[in-house]
Amino acid sequence: MNRPSVTKMVLVHLGLIVTTVAVLYPVLWVVGMALRPGQAFSLDPNPIPSSITFDHFHAVLGTQTSEGEWLFGRQLFNSLLVAGITSIVGIVLATTAGYAMSRWAFPGRDAGLRVFLITQMFPGVVMAIPLYILLDEMGMLDSLVGLSLVYATTAIPFCTWNMKGYFDTIPIELEEAAWMDGADRWTIFWTIVLPLARPALVVTGLFSFMTAWNEFILAATFMNKETSFTLPVVLQSYVGDYGTEWGHFAAGAVLVSIPVMLLFFALQKHLVAGLTAGSVKG
Amino acid sequence: MLRWLFLVLVSVLGTAKAETLTIWHAYRGAERTALETLLDQYEQQNPGSTIESRAIPYDGFNSKLEAAVPRGHGPDLFIAAHERLGTWVPLGLVQANPNPIRDVPQTVEQALFHEGTSYGLPLAFKTLALFYNRDRIQTPPATTDDMIAIAQAERDAGRVGLAYQATEPFFHAPWMHGYNGGLFQDDTVALNRTGAVEALRFAKRLADEKLIPEEPTSALVTQLFNDGNAAMVINGPWFLGEIDPDINLGVAPLPQVSETGRAAAPYLTVEAIQVSAHTAHSEKAWALAQWLTDTDQAVYRAVEGRQSVATASAYADPRIAKDPILSAFRAQLEHTQPMETGAWMGSSWEPLARAIRRVMRGAHTPQAALDAAHQEFQVVTAPPPPPSNPWPYICLAAIALLGAVAFVVRAAWQQRSNMRDMAHAYRWIAPAAISMGVLVIVPFVVGAAVSLFAHRDGSWTFVGMTHFLDILLARDWPLTSALSFWFTLVVTVLWTASNVILHVGIGVTLAMFLRAPWLQLKGIYRVLLILPWAIPNYITALIWKGMFHRQFGAINALLDAVGIEPVSWFSQFSTAFAANLITNTWLGFPFMMVVTLGALQAIPADIEEAASIDGASGWQRFWAVTWPLLKPALLPAIVLGSIWTFNMFNIIYLVSGGEPDGGTEILISEAYRWAFTRGHRYGYAAAYAVLIFGVLLIYSKTTDRLLTRKAT
Repeated sequence: MNRPSVTKMVLVHLGLIVTTVAVLYPVLWVVGMALRPGQAFSLDPNPIPSSITFDHFHAVLGTQTSEGEWLFGRQLFNSLLVAGITSIVGIVLATTAGYAMSRWAFPGRDAGLRVFLITQMFPGVVMAIPLYILLDEMGMLDSLVGLSLVYATTAIPFCTWNMKGYFDTIPIELEEAAWMDGADRWTIFWTIVLPLARPALVVTGLFSFMTAWNEFILAATFMNKETSFTLPVVLQSYVGDYGTEWGHFAAGAVLVSIPVMLLFFALQKHLVAGLTAGSVKG
Repeated sequence: MLRWLFLVLVSVLGTAKAETLTIWHAYRGAERTALETLLDQYEQQNPGSTIESRAIPYDGFNSKLEAAVPRGHGPDLFIAAHERLGTWVPLGLVQANPNPIRDVPQTVEQALFHEGTSYGLPLAFKTLALFYNRDRIQTPPATTDDMIAIAQAERDAGRVGLAYQATEPFFHAPWMHGYNGGLFQDDTVALNRTGAVEALRFAKRLADEKLIPEEPTSALVTQLFNDGNAAMVINGPWFLGEIDPDINLGVAPLPQVSETGRAAAPYLTVEAIQVSAHTAHSEKAWALAQWLTDTDQAVYRAVEGRQSVATASAYADPRIAKDPILSAFRAQLEHTQPMETGAWMGSSWEPLARAIRRVMRGAHTPQAALDAAHQEFQVVTAPPPPPSNPWPYICLAAIALLGAVAFVVRAAWQQRSNMRDMAHAYRWIAPAAISMGVLVIVPFVVGAAVSLFAHRDGSWTFVGMTHFLDILLARDWPLTSALSFWFTLVVTVLWTASNVILHVGIGVTLAMFLRAPWLQLKGIYRVLLILPWAIPNYITALIWKGMFHRQFGAINALLDAVGIEPVSWFSQFSTAFAANLITNTWLGFPFMMVVTLGALQAIPADIEEAASIDGASGWQRFWAVTWPLLKPALLPAIVLGSIWTFNMFNIIYLVSGGEPDGGTEILISEAYRWAFTRGHRYGYAAAYAVLIFGVLLIYSKTTDRLLTRKAT
């Protein structure tokens, strides 16, 4: 392919640089606020603080329970556990459902796909109290597993659509050959289809992970003890009735974002390949 | 089996129940440390009693309490503001005081009474006072005339005279009471009393004379004071933690209103420790509550926790008597108006705020704005509609259910051989379907059923379709009012469409850029450009709001630098809408960009190359070759993206907050307001939610064909 004209290259670079700056500016501001002394919300157009302190990070990271246990560590563990279970449950349920919907034209499939989409339209505002009662009846209130299950079900529709879209792009001939050789459905799925679908699995997992990682309203409602809170709830507790400890809040936000950024960074190749959002093959 | 597994997991992860007193609070910082130290002390002094204190985020505190206490999962004690009593007493959440409250100032005691009975023991009180910079002012103003004179001098010196959140009713209230325009007088509630009109005129004068800053947010007030720019600030005790230690701080009671000779009386909130009506340890709980409010503990909380404690005798302690700040709040306490406990109180904020903003913007006169506010208030607090007979609805629901079952059974019967062949497919899909059914569909159906009931002060009435008719026929507001469903629907559709167009446009453009084979640093660009996706949108939304500030925002500074007049973003519909849109586009384009990048990978390069050999320009090639191939992959993402945008509550709520006049509110944020800021009309809010669902259902029907087309 020929190299493009200089003007075009300059324009493309310029466009990318301008957008990147616009994207980075608010992000830098969060970081600046986390490093600036004091708890005030900064309105300074310059995101770089004049003096730097790590006090906010110390305070947020160094919380302890009344027994002297490292509270932040415990809550980080909770977050990882909840996000981890959510990802696993999300992947397992979305993969099996997505595969069935991609491969077999069973009665009710189209209706099922539609119902999955429809659940995305339920406004959360009406669901919290019924969910609370339901979890209570199931004995899963104040349990990280119960919380993970709730998160997984909110992530499943998108994930199922995404998985189905990806499975649609995998040629069925591979499976037919194995079927002829006498392999059963599960073996085919496990040994042939899943390895090919790795990019989509990564995206499904990442999406479920983020659903759980950033949520705080349900977590604050369902979880009772500080030792069972997840990090977004902790972040939220720096926001008070009248005033907010912005320095702590920003430091917490940076800490909460870092794992997700690392995941994005590590998985970005798969992310691009695996996000089909249920793309339909003609 | 599954349930058994859950039970095991729960018992592993849960805690063993012991004879402990649980206490919930939303304290932070020094207040929290002081409380927890005292609780530890109490444990040591009373062997055999264990106390578990739990800090709950303020945002979820009330709803969590209201969900947990009636189901027996609540705490034994909790610390909360007294104005919630009007909601909690009818819900049966709190116990009346077994003994009279003693050793507290009369204003504080009075606040804890709801309909003749007192609830809870007061720990502390919160009220506004005047913070001033001693380097600017030697003696704090005694009257509003003094205050204005000082502010004028400061203004003429190029500084800010007085900074307070003038557009928030809570901060405006001192003037309202100073002009004798309080909401509740002679057993009636009115928002448009003569005094209230005069108070608003007074506030408008402060703004017109540029004695107070424009769009005074809490962050701005703090910054102006910390920069030494503002001589006076009206704020509460929570402000102390935000003040720069280098400021030479003074605190004084608010001045007297010169025209009336009455003190400018701020609202008073009493933080009381309440004993749950569902506790099994009433006696122990009351003993602990009493101990916390006793003099020694009160002194400790005041000295260590910097609390304005409510125990009268604590102020005799020299450490407190000599403390200028605590004494100033104590003096202010004598001139306060306790927040009303009635549920109507919470419903007054929104119409009042709207009225103040209208006047400050110059859109209305104080009288007209308050008349409108009063009318809105009356609609919001109207008595519930008459109860309906539930039987017709029950019959209809039963018939509909039977019909649905019959339909499914018939369809299944017709397809029975097909279904048998496909039995394996159902096994594969069952786990997802069952969990979705239990955890998503059941709660939604229950939530939706709430829309048939009206909620007032803890009691429910079955009203059938009344809410839907009220909303759809715009019975409460004219069709063109910003509060009507149809107006909001139009805004929501506009919001969704413009967002999706921008997200897709920017996302596809950037993806095409990033695809150029000669481009360097691709990976770095790609990672940086998806950053907005990774940071909790709660905080970035607030940062964008700060950037849109009229006087101090980064965006206006940028516009100014290129010679464009600064824009008052939130005073007009178009600019407020644009501010929301810009924020949400910043958040939303990365998703579309990544989807496009993925879809582009599936397009064989040779097709495009063939077109380029044929001499097509880049632009032509995109529209003729790339776009038709991209479209099918993008469509589902667009449908999902538009559903998410349609319900994008955070951005609207945090960036424009519905400004101006609720015009930029979307359906989901309206539903939220009905549920939480307009007198807890959960039924009405649920009806909104069901209508949102209906609108999206219609939308998805129209796109259905595109989505499930040719699915094999």
